[in-house]
Amino acid sequence: MLKQTEGSHAVAEAIALCRPQVICAYPITPQTHIVEGLGEMVKAGELQGCEFINVESEFAALSVAIGASAAGVRTYTATASQGLLFMAEAVYNAAGLGLPIVMTIGNRAIGAPINIWNDHSDSMSMRDAGWIQLYAETNQEALDLHIQAFRLAEELSCPVMVCMDGFILTHAYDRVDVPNQQEVDAYLPRYEPRQILDPADPVSIGAMVGPEAFMEVRYLSHHKQLRALTLIPHLAAEFQKRFGRNSGGLIRTYRSEDAETIVVALGSVNGTIQEVVDEMRNDGVRIGSVSICSFRPFPLAPLREALCNAKRVVVLEKCLAVGLGGIVSDGVRKSLSGIALNGYTVIAGLGGRAITRGSLRRLFEDAERDELEQVTFLDLNADVISAQLERESASRRTGPTAEAILRRIGTVASSIG
Amino acid sequence: MVSGAEILSVAAFLEGRYAQAFPSFGSERMGAPVMAFCRIDDKEIRLREPVLAPDALIIQDQTLLHQVDLFGGLPTRGFVILNSVKTLDELGLGGFARGVQHYRMCTLPATELALKHVGRAVPNAALLGGFAAITGVVKLESVLAAIGEKFPKPIADKNIAAASEAFDLARKTLEVADVEAD
Repeated sequence: MLKQTEGSHAVAEAIALCRPQVICAYPITPQTHIVEGLGEMVKAGELQGCEFINVESEFAALSVAIGASAAGVRTYTATASQGLLFMAEAVYNAAGLGLPIVMTIGNRAIGAPINIWNDHSDSMSMRDAGWIQLYAETNQEALDLHIQAFRLAEELSCPVMVCMDGFILTHAYDRVDVPNQQEVDAYLPRYEPRQILDPADPVSIGAMVGPEAFMEVRYLSHHKQLRALTLIPHLAAEFQKRFGRNSGGLIRTYRSEDAETIVVALGSVNGTIQEVVDEMRNDGVRIGSVSICSFRPFPLAPLREALCNAKRVVVLEKCLAVGLGGIVSDGVRKSLSGIALNGYTVIAGLGGRAITRGSLRRLFEDAERDELEQVTFLDLNADVISAQLERESASRRTGPTAEAILRRIGTVASSIG
Repeated sequence: MVSGAEILSVAAFLEGRYAQAFPSFGSERMGAPVMAFCRIDDKEIRLREPVLAPDALIIQDQTLLHQVDLFGGLPTRGFVILNSVKTLDELGLGGFARGVQHYRMCTLPATELALKHVGRAVPNAALLGGFAAITGVVKLESVLAAIGEKFPKPIADKNIAAASEAFDLARKTLEVADVEAD
């Protein structure tokens, strides 16, 4: 059924259609509307057979989710930013124990300085925790990915994070097609746990493992993700057959077949990139783009195939590996081992900085001329940076950086620009 | 403001069009300036940048006129619907309507209409009624249906009354402007 609704609400409806039995969550912007919506559905009796557990923190939220999942029920939670960091230990545990929890990340920056707006720093910080990570381009895809995520998680016994851009998607009203219960039931069978805490057939879960077996347990987590490289496209294809929509998969290419310049990115910024690709194609520029949906497992082979004939690859990242540059770029360059082409990393949109068509167009034109630095910061205000560096070299006690910069730009309230 | 953009997107959706509404929270404090955006198109909307060059501008708080460059990016002949009991000339804005910008502007006492019909200072519905009248981008019926979806029945009815009166008022303003132009 077509609806015009908020991204968070669309996701809440998708989760409800997946018949979760335990939902536990702690509110944090910009994810809050999702679990609020689910809480309302449970309270109103619209979501039957589900227990909504209020917890005292994000650490508790995922710990309760681990307990519920180990007891053999379909389990969901959601968080963002500092909330994900606060549950970090449990994030690793959920994956190490092989519990198929699905968690939404409403992608948001990490402080300090505190910032509630979108970038990918939060989910990227947990990229190696053993969870599968899928990034949604649109609200429709966010909705669809959650349905696929439970199936994927449960087939592999591996937790899955569905990452959607905070505010840009979570708070956007868009058109979405919400499937009905029969359709979702046909795609997502009842959860059959591989392991279960059952008094009638007792097991212990969470053994101490020493050097004699730790490597093997870890390798099997890796092996699971390698299997996901086959399973993810398979589930996306089945989804398309049943629901008629191309959602999910490992990567999606856009006008990239004969492209000399290919832009690679994750999440909602791909829509804006595609608009710019169309503009430049109309002017005769051979440019295309690739959207990475599955960041973990990382799709090395499909990326190599999509990028190998380009002259240059621009990886646009909403996360900064401080002291290095990009995170996604590392994987992309690994996928191109032995292939000579120019690779550029662009850090963009940190802390909600708007990524505009105008800025992207200038950036891609610079790339065309191979005039980009190895690492570029899109729309960085160079005057502010140099003024602050001058202050810092002129005197010792310059005070806190963030406050000094806010004073300089005269901001009393933040702006989008 | 945010729900105003959302309701507008629902109104456009009800007419079979694609629409995207999203907020830009300037600050986490009460009373801070807030912007929300709405795009309407006949095809799927992929663009995710803030609206930088709006075709129409709805201004909920006239005191912002002196704080922010509200008309930045608005093209010649752009639409402006301003919540105020004053006329454009009283606000010193008449020049924008008559001058080179030739904005299609009107003021509406949206807060007063809200107080009259809803009993609270919630001018969104009235402003959207005015928007439908001035721009013709969406029909009044669609705005009213979208309000009906957003609120429970008694509150929806009150907002619908406010939107309808605003629509009529804005229509009259438009007629006056047309006569003056002739």
